[in-house]
Amino acid sequence: MSKMHVKMNVNGAEVEGLAEPRTLLIHFLREQLSLTGPHIGCETSHCGACTVDLNGKSVKSCTVFVAQSNGAEVTTIEGIANADGTLHALQEAFREHHGLQCGFCTPGMITRAYRLLQENPNPSEEEIRYGISGNLCRCTGYQNIVKAIQAASDELNASKEAAQ
Amino acid sequence: MNAEVASVEERKQNLKGMGTSRRRVEDARFVQGKGNYVDDIKLPGMLFGDFVRSPYAHARIKSVNKEAALAVPGVKAVLTADDLKPVNLAWMPTLAGDVQMVLADGKVLFQGQEVAFVVADDRYAASDAAELVEVEYEELPVLVDPFKAMDADAPVLREDLEGKTEGAHGPRRHHNHIFTWEVGDQDGTERALADAEIVAKEKITYQRVHPCPLETAGCVASMDKVNGHLTLWGTFQAPHAVRTVASLISTIPEHKIRVISPDIGGGFGNKVGVYPGYICSVVASIVLGVPVKWIEDRIENLQSTAFARDYHMTGEISATRDGRITGLKCHVLADHGGFDACADPTKFPAGFFNICTGSYDIPVAHVSVDGVYTNKAPGGVAYRCSFRVTEASYFIERMMDVLARKLEMDPAELRIKNFIKKEQFPYTSALGWEYDSGDYHTAMEKALETVKYKALRDEQKANREAFARGETRSLVGVGVGFFTEIVGAGPIKNCDILGLGMFDSCEIRVHPTGSAIARLGTISQGQGHATTFAQILASEIGIPADQITVEEGDTDTAPYGLGTYGSRSTPVAGAATAMAGRKIKAKAQMIAAWLLEVHDDDVEFDVDRFVVKGAPERFKTMAEVAFAAYNNVPPGLEPGLEAVSYYDPPNMTYPFGAYVCVVDIDVDTGVTDIRRFYALDDCGTRINPMIIEGQVHGGLTEALAIAMGQEISYDEMGNVKGASLMDFFLPTAVETPVWETDFTVTPSPHHPIGAKGVGESPNVGGVSAFSNAVNDAFAHLGLTHTQMPHDHWRVWKTAERLGITA
Repeated sequence: MSKMHVKMNVNGAEVEGLAEPRTLLIHFLREQLSLTGPHIGCETSHCGACTVDLNGKSVKSCTVFVAQSNGAEVTTIEGIANADGTLHALQEAFREHHGLQCGFCTPGMITRAYRLLQENPNPSEEEIRYGISGNLCRCTGYQNIVKAIQAASDELNASKEAAQ
Repeated sequence: MNAEVASVEERKQNLKGMGTSRRRVEDARFVQGKGNYVDDIKLPGMLFGDFVRSPYAHARIKSVNKEAALAVPGVKAVLTADDLKPVNLAWMPTLAGDVQMVLADGKVLFQGQEVAFVVADDRYAASDAAELVEVEYEELPVLVDPFKAMDADAPVLREDLEGKTEGAHGPRRHHNHIFTWEVGDQDGTERALADAEIVAKEKITYQRVHPCPLETAGCVASMDKVNGHLTLWGTFQAPHAVRTVASLISTIPEHKIRVISPDIGGGFGNKVGVYPGYICSVVASIVLGVPVKWIEDRIENLQSTAFARDYHMTGEISATRDGRITGLKCHVLADHGGFDACADPTKFPAGFFNICTGSYDIPVAHVSVDGVYTNKAPGGVAYRCSFRVTEASYFIERMMDVLARKLEMDPAELRIKNFIKKEQFPYTSALGWEYDSGDYHTAMEKALETVKYKALRDEQKANREAFARGETRSLVGVGVGFFTEIVGAGPIKNCDILGLGMFDSCEIRVHPTGSAIARLGTISQGQGHATTFAQILASEIGIPADQITVEEGDTDTAPYGLGTYGSRSTPVAGAATAMAGRKIKAKAQMIAAWLLEVHDDDVEFDVDRFVVKGAPERFKTMAEVAFAAYNNVPPGLEPGLEAVSYYDPPNMTYPFGAYVCVVDIDVDTGVTDIRRFYALDDCGTRINPMIIEGQVHGGLTEALAIAMGQEISYDEMGNVKGASLMDFFLPTAVETPVWETDFTVTPSPHHPIGAKGVGESPNVGGVSAFSNAVNDAFAHLGLTHTQMPHDHWRVWKTAERLGITA
């Protein structure tokens, strides 16, 4: 199959490559750009392990063609950390509150939570549970994930206030 | 001299040893997307393999035409059984003593069975080409119902076994019969049932489910033709056993095979077995001389890569009128699918199902299990449980409730009345296990008190009256479950897999500057071994956990072990870690005494140092001793500070727990709302409370999934009815309730640190608590048992059957 020229901004850097138009975004990220943080868990957009941020929205990159993401701005787990290299509040909170076990869902889960907290900086427990319901975890039972997202939300809000 | 003034408490805290909720060392890489899972591996020239799978459950293969597939650009090879025969790999041994086709040899036995393996430059070309392999099938009569498997006119599934009257586990009496396994006193049990004042009988099915870890199975095989070395990365819960099996079946010498389990995205028993994808990748790499990757997709995983349960149990339990149990009988029809690929210790074709007398002092019992072939995927793995323990626990805990109904007795009261008493341990059960320790009464009392059990029953009574008056359309169910697990396989005298004794191991090297590395024969799939095993060592040898690296999963570096499943890591490898640590400590003591110029017996270990008895100001820290080990050891002692332990446990461990589930059921929709779930676990000594709690949360969520929605079911043609996550229930954060956890501590008397293992307990105990709650909601209407999964449809059907829907 003929290949197309693909350009996008991934984690703040302009990248380009050649790919069949039918190439799934997750494969382009993982195999061409070696961004293996987002994972493949189902290929039917149920599990959310492949979640990335595409033009300011959470998407499941296993069901987005690379042709659809041409010219897009993409953020993956590799681009979530703070500009100074320190871990994002969510990454810290997941560690602190035991919000992960095998780690396979974690990149997608954190990337989803990253967008959720921008959509709703002060979510209730119920809003968090609904907000991450497109991301499956087989290990944690979600309780500590919810706790971690709440803690990160508090932390981010506190530092925002401090900055004002 | 030493200027340290830190208190004992400060020094203990500094170690982050046992009992500390130490943050996990694994997480730094995972939260940054820097884990290294098998699909992340990329090697120069690597090709990608994909399967052609059978659309039929039972069919003869008339022909396979590869031409169109081979014409696809980028396709390098298409393998069929005929290509595997010259290297004797068209079939492979299973862990259960059976053989299994690697690629369909003449016929297929289940939908989704591997027929051909296409190897191409990338996964897209491989997938395109797999579509173009032309397979001509001739359909055969399909056997789906295990109850018809041994009918005289049942179709012959395994033509390769024709005329074989002896199987791996004894005589076969029918062409679809695999084994019959019996244990206990049959005559005594029949007598107890015949003489009993009360007998309760029930048919209980534990449906076919699937462990469904978020990462599917896969591997990368890389054959170096120059030096004849094979490296195999894969999702292996038992890398060392995989190496041995790979050597035995490929005839590559074992020292030339390196098996590596990288980070694993959950296992839950799904990654214990050896699957055709592994063999095909190895063969393809040998043939093509380049690395070959195979990663299955989710539908393939659910359809073909092992299942769990599928136990059809008929139970009878007898008791005196006042509720003293006098006997238990169980017959199981076990649906094993097309090949017997159960992952059980060799001598236990039905696993440890004979733990099914549970937590109760039952004087006599008998169990028989018939394993049969059907046109379904092979498997029978232990999905987050020790071998068939979940089935056993579900069986007895449902039978206890059924008996309680018949006796018109409270189910909690019946349990308490029949518990094995604390003073009876070690306790030998009627079916032959020696329970190491337990204090069931204390656990149950704590649970009932915490949930205010009596108030719940009062509320339920009021709810039922209100329901009868038409004031509510919702019913309350209270499920009580008490489980005893049997984990930590196990003593070599009982337990082996393919002749490999189920010991485990730990090797420790202490470096000159007082840090250390420990390598184990197990492999974490999310359990946090790198964190917890360092904690065991920290407490044993006084080196801070933060200064101990734990490594697993590389057969070139780690000592041999049987891997991680059946909650065996802490009971077996954890014990090996403590024992190896004690060897380090013994040598360190001699060095310390030498440095302090006293006799060996005149120093004693104190948290992180050796002190001269009676003179605590005279001491040598472990760090000082470690350095001396490399330059100043007593005469006659070898330099260095290393130790290894291969631990053969004297017994299994028996964790237990008391669970209570409260559910509200809308009878008009069948919607169930888990209002409360309380889980008290006793896993003996607790190494890392944070990780234990996380394990319990996860296990309960898997139990929720099984009890309330999971099922791999088949239509009459043997088609899998729904093998994607659209149909197969994995709870989201919305369906998952908030878990309440609690604990008691009853150490194992034979384990070096008293730990028992916990990862699987919540799944073993959880399923029956959920199911008991749903059944309990309808108990006043005469319901004794309704089959899982309790999805909304089935719950509504139950309500409809009872005549209470709108």
